[in-house]
Amino acid sequence: MSADPARLDFEDIQHFLIARPPALAARYEFLTFRKGAAGRAWLAGLLDKVGTAAAVAAHTTLDARWVSIGFTWNGLRALGLSEDSLGTFPEEFRQGMAGRAQVLGTTGANHPDHWVGGLASGELHAIIVLFARDVAERERCRAEHARYLAQCDGVELLSSLDLEAIPPFDHAHEHFGYRDRLSQPVIEGTGVVPTPGSGQPLKAGEFFLGYPDEDGPAVGMPQPEVLSRNGSYAAYLRMEEHVGAFRDFLKQHGETPEQQELVAAKLMGRWRSGAPLVVTPDKDDPVLGADLQRSNDFAYATQDPHGYGCPLGSHIRRMNPRDTAVNMNRRKMIRRGGTYGPPLPEGAADDGVERGIAAFVGCASLVRQFEFAMNVWANDPTFHELGNERDPFLGTQDGTFDMTIPKRPIRKKIKGLPAFTTIRGGAYFFLPGIKALRYLTSLNDSQ
Amino acid sequence: MATSATPKTDASKAHTPEAPTKGDWTQPQAMALPKEGYFKVEQGRYGPIFPQTPSCYGFSVVAKVKPGREQAIRDYGHSIEAAVKGDPSVLAPLKLHYLRWVLFDVGSGLHFMYQGIFDTDFDKYIEDAVALFVKTGITTVFVNLEGWPEDWKTNVNAVINFFREHQCPSFLEYGEYPYVSSDEIKKALKLKAAFTGMLDLMQ
Repeated sequence: MSADPARLDFEDIQHFLIARPPALAARYEFLTFRKGAAGRAWLAGLLDKVGTAAAVAAHTTLDARWVSIGFTWNGLRALGLSEDSLGTFPEEFRQGMAGRAQVLGTTGANHPDHWVGGLASGELHAIIVLFARDVAERERCRAEHARYLAQCDGVELLSSLDLEAIPPFDHAHEHFGYRDRLSQPVIEGTGVVPTPGSGQPLKAGEFFLGYPDEDGPAVGMPQPEVLSRNGSYAAYLRMEEHVGAFRDFLKQHGETPEQQELVAAKLMGRWRSGAPLVVTPDKDDPVLGADLQRSNDFAYATQDPHGYGCPLGSHIRRMNPRDTAVNMNRRKMIRRGGTYGPPLPEGAADDGVERGIAAFVGCASLVRQFEFAMNVWANDPTFHELGNERDPFLGTQDGTFDMTIPKRPIRKKIKGLPAFTTIRGGAYFFLPGIKALRYLTSLNDSQ
Repeated sequence: MATSATPKTDASKAHTPEAPTKGDWTQPQAMALPKEGYFKVEQGRYGPIFPQTPSCYGFSVVAKVKPGREQAIRDYGHSIEAAVKGDPSVLAPLKLHYLRWVLFDVGSGLHFMYQGIFDTDFDKYIEDAVALFVKTGITTVFVNLEGWPEDWKTNVNAVINFFREHQCPSFLEYGEYPYVSSDEIKKALKLKAAFTGMLDLMQ
């Protein structure tokens, strides 16, 4: 442990949640350990390849791939962690994301019964995340890891997912066309200066175990301490985006391209350029959307209390209610991930190919941060007294919920919002620090 | 609640009583509740969900008072009165309708009952309440109760466990205007006031 217990240990924290490498591609591999010894050997062989926050912060143009590793609770058991230690992990992590479907509201088509890739299975033990500078490097890494896995008898690939940025490459966005990565919490001690409107830096304990959080010293950390310190939880979500259905919907609700863009903006709360409706409610402002010094600088209660600009039920208003919610500093999360599947060209008919977002939500408490957001913000039909609405993108939609767009003099109400997305899988992972990874390799089957 | 969506079919739940459905707010509704306090086990973030009833969400927490603490609890009544007077919005995060604090002794020692009616689910209420306790320091009354966790300021889970363990579910709840939130009531009264003002101006 460092001399100052509150100082972030960049040498020990995995890079994944603290630093974003300049990657345009990625591969997620989901693994199962048939034998504990094999899992430990696999991990031991990769220890020196796992990227630390310090290493990624100091990256050079020669760096081309960045590796992170996480485990499910079942995976920690498979590695040989003792029952006493396993019992110190929080209930929601022990149950896993599939076991928390009721809490998360992942029902109907989003239910774990329909998930792919073995993600709802108790056999899911680990994930290895390979971020790569480009697709060629990702393919090299895929082949290299496949060769390594072939030597690890007892470690099997359950499934995998390849990701890559989609054109145009001058900004991060997803398949519907919305600019992404606009709002991220800033962590105290990282030296990152928050953009205007983003709030003050948050205590590291909101995201990394073993540090004081916004309420003071954190308690109830998994034991032993070497295992949990510098670790994080990451909720993984693979969310298919139904681009054809989304475009059809916009055409049904807007006669001109301008009207369609306005409907798209109202669902998200930002124009697809990223420009916030609170600031520019009537027309897009792409320059504003690309300007991080201005694109987050707004509030709801004071600037748009009735939602005439940004509807109360829009995605960004639900996921970050800013000054209209209490206790916000305890709800913030770090978002990572990217897009998978080929982009659907504008004007093309839906080809039935799966495409979407595969994202990680990083936090110190899955129940207080991620599950709260899913339960109370995304899927509660009474959010802001709306009555029968869920998040238009992240909420579970089955055609029975609505979307209200406040407007003077009479609001517009879209009845029976279709599902633009479907959750295809998810899991809760623990991302240990480097020392903790080493500790896990030291276990044995008789623990 | 997000978790009110249809659960998987389970034959063992076939005979559970049926919760009344949400209906017209002009029609009063009464709801009889099973002994457990919920109709079927639905997992919330910290345990089974206590359902929304015609009188909204709520709880009744009963706990024994530590010896010699009665006056401290009664004094707390004055501190809450002063806190709300000083800042009428101090309890706003809890989305309350009403709160009641009661002290009683039926021969087994002094007990304390805290009843609340509010618009968020049970788990969110507790989380918001702990945050409020920590921020304002006004809810030290619970430290006078047996079983209250010593580390309550930093251990939300322990506080949630206290509330869950000491919650006495209602067996009957009634709503004169069922399922209406306090924000909706205030909005309706504001509308009435606005219309009244408008009509006055048109005389």
